[in-house]
Amino acid sequence: MLQKYALEMKNIDKEYFGNKVLKGVDLKVKPGEIHALLGENGAGKSTLMNILFGMPVIHSTGGFSGEVSMDGKKIEIKSPDEAMEKGIGMVHQEFMLVPGFTIAENIKLNREVLKYNPISNAFKKDSLRFLDYKKMNKDARKALDTLGIDIDEWVKVAGLPVGYMQFVEIAREIDKSNVKVLVFDEPTAVLTESEAKTLIKAMKKLAQSGIAILFITHRLDEVMDAADNITILRDGELVATRKKEETNVLEIAELMVGRKVEVTNKAKKEEQESQETIISIKNLNVDMPGEEVKGINLDIKKGEILGIGGLAGQGKIGIANGLMGLYKTTGDIEFKGEKLKLNDTRSVLNKGLAFVSEDRKGVGLLLDSSIQQNIVITAMQIKESFLKKYGIFSQLDKKGIVNHAVSMIKKLDIRCTGPLQATRRLSGGNQQKVCIARALTLEPEVLLVSEPTRGIDIGAKKLVLDLLVQLNDELGMTVVITSSELAELRSISDRIAIIAEGKVEGILKPDASDADFGLMMAGEYNKLRGKEAI
Amino acid sequence: MADVNNLEAVQENKEKSFDIKDFLINNMVTILFMILCIAGVYFSKLPMFFIVNEIMTRLTRNSFLVLALIIPVLAGMGLNFSITIGAMAAQISIIAVTHWQVQGIWGFLLCAVLTVPIAMLFGNLVGRLLNKTKGQEMIASMIAGFFANGLYQFLFLFLVGKIIPVNNPVLILDNGVGVRNTVDLSRNNGIKYVLDNIWKVPIFHFVIFTGLLIIAYGLYRMYRESKSKATKVSKAKYIIISIVGLVILAFGIVVNSSNELSQTLKMISNLKLSAGTGLVVLALCLFNVLIVKTKLGQDFRTVGQSKHIASVSGINVNKVRVIAITISTVLAGLGQLIFLQNIGTLNTYGSHVQIATFAIAAILVGGASVSKATIGQALLGVLLFHTLFIVSPKAAKELFGDAQIGEFFRSFLAYGVIGVSLGLHAWKKTLKAMRK
Amino acid sequence: MTESIKTITKKVGLPRLIISSFFVFLIIASIGLGLPLDRTLTNIIRRFGMFGVLVLAMVPAIQCGIGPNFALPLGIICGILGEIISIEFGFVGFTAFIVAILISIPFATIIGVGYGNLLNKIKGSEMLVAAYAALSVVYFMCIMWVTLPFKHPQMIWPIGKGLRVTIALEAFFGYVLNDFADFSIAGVHIPTGLLMFFLLCCFVVWLYTRSKTGMAMKAAGDNPKFALASGINVDRSRIIGTTLSTILGAVGIIVYHQSYGYIQLYDAPQYMGFATVAAVLIGGATARKAKISHVLLGVLLFQGLLAVALPVANEVVKGSNLAEVLRMVIQNGIILYALTQVVGGE
Repeated sequence: MLQKYALEMKNIDKEYFGNKVLKGVDLKVKPGEIHALLGENGAGKSTLMNILFGMPVIHSTGGFSGEVSMDGKKIEIKSPDEAMEKGIGMVHQEFMLVPGFTIAENIKLNREVLKYNPISNAFKKDSLRFLDYKKMNKDARKALDTLGIDIDEWVKVAGLPVGYMQFVEIAREIDKSNVKVLVFDEPTAVLTESEAKTLIKAMKKLAQSGIAILFITHRLDEVMDAADNITILRDGELVATRKKEETNVLEIAELMVGRKVEVTNKAKKEEQESQETIISIKNLNVDMPGEEVKGINLDIKKGEILGIGGLAGQGKIGIANGLMGLYKTTGDIEFKGEKLKLNDTRSVLNKGLAFVSEDRKGVGLLLDSSIQQNIVITAMQIKESFLKKYGIFSQLDKKGIVNHAVSMIKKLDIRCTGPLQATRRLSGGNQQKVCIARALTLEPEVLLVSEPTRGIDIGAKKLVLDLLVQLNDELGMTVVITSSELAELRSISDRIAIIAEGKVEGILKPDASDADFGLMMAGEYNKLRGKEAI
Repeated sequence: MADVNNLEAVQENKEKSFDIKDFLINNMVTILFMILCIAGVYFSKLPMFFIVNEIMTRLTRNSFLVLALIIPVLAGMGLNFSITIGAMAAQISIIAVTHWQVQGIWGFLLCAVLTVPIAMLFGNLVGRLLNKTKGQEMIASMIAGFFANGLYQFLFLFLVGKIIPVNNPVLILDNGVGVRNTVDLSRNNGIKYVLDNIWKVPIFHFVIFTGLLIIAYGLYRMYRESKSKATKVSKAKYIIISIVGLVILAFGIVVNSSNELSQTLKMISNLKLSAGTGLVVLALCLFNVLIVKTKLGQDFRTVGQSKHIASVSGINVNKVRVIAITISTVLAGLGQLIFLQNIGTLNTYGSHVQIATFAIAAILVGGASVSKATIGQALLGVLLFHTLFIVSPKAAKELFGDAQIGEFFRSFLAYGVIGVSLGLHAWKKTLKAMRK
Repeated sequence: MTESIKTITKKVGLPRLIISSFFVFLIIASIGLGLPLDRTLTNIIRRFGMFGVLVLAMVPAIQCGIGPNFALPLGIICGILGEIISIEFGFVGFTAFIVAILISIPFATIIGVGYGNLLNKIKGSEMLVAAYAALSVVYFMCIMWVTLPFKHPQMIWPIGKGLRVTIALEAFFGYVLNDFADFSIAGVHIPTGLLMFFLLCCFVVWLYTRSKTGMAMKAAGDNPKFALASGINVDRSRIIGTTLSTILGAVGIIVYHQSYGYIQLYDAPQYMGFATVAAVLIGGATARKAKISHVLLGVLLFQGLLAVALPVANEVVKGSNLAEVLRMVIQNGIILYALTQVVGGE
């Protein structure tokens, strides 16, 4: 059978500054098919979508190689507008809705139906034509009906339940008369379970009308429910394409994670199972936008390296930020048997915790200040070190600061012109080392490190990770490392807690199976294994 | 559907949300000014006749300038402090036209024709500047006004006479360089009162007309609402509007036809309103209403609500913003023409300086905010703000024995209202950001 | 060659380059026009010392993160209160000057703390609100100047109510700093006391920025998120910075008035905030960064420029206030330039 594909992407390659992020990826979607696209963060899903939509970020970085065709015809998409013209639509994860507008106005955003008036005729300017609200409402109604949504088109979007906003987004795409391919980017992430069910029903209905649907998600049960075919990416490569009938959740989970890095540094202390608990977290909730923590229980053992992993947006980042009191936090945290004061960064730092933030440039550094100032300032504020006291007045101890900075630069091998260089001018890896140096200056018992290798090159990555292991080995410092890169967690951690939907899905040894990691990250582990256990 | 109930709850909530306390808090500034105005009118002991006459003049004279502020607010650029620059465009044209000695209404029209392109150019430049200072538009437009004032003074103090040869002893200072401090617009058939005098209408005829207009509006909206699924609150609102119109109409007819009036009313009924100017203001109101209904207006609104969403959906945000400021600047220029033809003297280096402050204070007093401004708020604001302006020196004289205090007091209020409104708006914004 | 010009331009900044060349040009022009150089230099130096402390008030404000303090008139009013209370109590000479400062500081502290609290509620819109808050307070104080019960015959109107618009300081503390250990070289008058006082203030502020609280304040202004993660109380730091700025404003105006010889009341302080903001920006500060060197350079350039421009402009067009026009263009031009450099909040 010779069926034309609604969308076909063939042998797609893409480099960012010499870094290959897509290697020969193929993707084929038939009309009327729901095709799931799976992969961890950084697997290349969003780059692939950026290529499909002709986003400027692709063209400003040297374009891509490979072929994109629709309905069997080769096409070139140079801008998002062109993608729209060709009939490719996207339902965004964050809503592109104007709250003060009615549903109809939102559906017709910048595609308003216009009618003539004498003045617009006189000036021959379309921008002076009146809006034809009646027609706009009618079109909107039609799109909403297609989705089977019973909601009035003249209601304002502000105050609508989130689920409805999602439908308004979809209705807008349907209303673009020629839509052939519709991309859903994690559409269920913000929905309740019942809303998600309704959404999937609507997706199926749309597919029946002949639209090809590309469904990006990490919820494997939804994939099994909705998709006809599944494509899995990992590290920019096409791992597998499966028909739904021929696969199962377990296999998908395994394919997603894969084994990439051998466990290297962890030949040590297998026997230390019954260490004492240094931090005990009970029912932790952190209100960090985009990384909410919803009731985590976790014990951190003294002297271990604990990895915290999980997909982006699941809440793993929120844990360390919550402990440090940077976002509103509730729950019970005990540090060495003592209650830790929540939402009070100062007292937490005083107790002996130190934090290296995931947002290096935003939170981690004073970019325009010198390396030495960056290294000492927290210790100066918390421990009053590097200060000379004169009664109630104080002056900074210049000599002490320089000496300490120089020794840190040596110890951590920070490549710089000297302790007075502004941190803005350092490379990512060296900036990260400055952040670590500041944390070490506090002489902490527990070091919390978030995404220590994000945005730094491979050589520097290894140095940073080795440094953490060294600190743990030599000083017995407890290290909690949060990272999106499972491979790096598995290479240095003693235990790895996987966070899904704001909760601990489970704790694994680094050498546990790929399938277990995959299932946990997708939040399916307890559903599946839990049943087996009973 | 799972969430239909939820949605209905939301809508129900909206209907119930009208309560007195919220209303008072949201309209605090306006209510405070109403009280101040009433107290001021009472304590000033000024004759009613005088007050009504002054208010009438100032309403027609200042409304246009205040209405020029609405479009940038719609486009999310806040209050346009650079309307001063539009006023400068108008004054440049007036000086040119005075020099050429084009007289009467033709002079006025020529001024208008000249003002538009100059103001368009200025507006365009200001718009580009504000695109470079997104998020700080208001302070930037304010400083831009000061900056332009420097250039303006340079033009008329130095360039005119030194570089641009103008030989006109009426306009130019005795040493041949620079324009005089004041330019008399009434001399030689200047443009003084040309617009005001086109058509004068006895005030109570105007009252009757206004009453009719309000009733027509109320009925029209009721008709519209009855067709769509309107809420009870909005229906009640239009019924109230119609009744208010009816009362005004009745009052106008009674005063107009009765012979047994009190002395005050009799004197007031002799007053005449400049209907020509009034019509121009009305036309601008209409323009503001209509532009919102166009594609351009929809773009203003979209950009105003979210620059990000607008640009994602393909709207050229920067261009829309430049257009908004340009329109505002042109309108301000025309507004300043109307203002000056009524005043009758151009204070070359002073007439434009305070107009942004007073216009913005007025619209804020009317209940507008940085993100929302309507025609009604603009007109109410002009009424209240200028009533206070008229009565405060006299009231202070009566109360404290010093008219100066009243003048200081009104400046304090003008700046204070702006400061407080902007502060409250910023505070609400931070609260919202914190909740996120 | 063009490369090196580019790097110089980048390092010095285009606005500073333009303004300093203009400054030099005006000095040459003034010599060309036959204006006495010694008097010009005397003027430049006097204005440098006179405005210095006021401009210095911008440093803690910018460093703590509230941006250029357009609400400087708040501090100025506290300073004026100190002055007239000191005179009312009958102090004269150096004592009057010191007492004025001592009285104004508690006022400025209270106002500064209150105002700092206010600014913490409106983060991101500080500049605009500051400008209007200051203007309205200036007019509120105008009412006060009329009604406050001051009795000193040389301060109040002989007939009528309230304080005079200008109060001559000759009999009180006029020129006490200027004339302290002053001397002349080649006809150029050096007001030693004035300059010493200004530099002393700079030194104190410099010491402060190197203390623990000073470091915390700078970090809070530089990157609030970083400060938070380092256990620094950002809001408190901002209040401290605002208060310090207000106090310096109060002291600054007293120095200014003693050098000017008169107290200016009523609406005189209303645009002073803008001029001081412009000066520090001309010196190389931005809305987020300021150092004491920026103050020194900025005051010298801006006030020096005006000191020279005044006689030159008068020479070019008799009786015009061309110098005032120049001030408006430069002052507001530099503020606009600085605003375009602030990354817009989208």
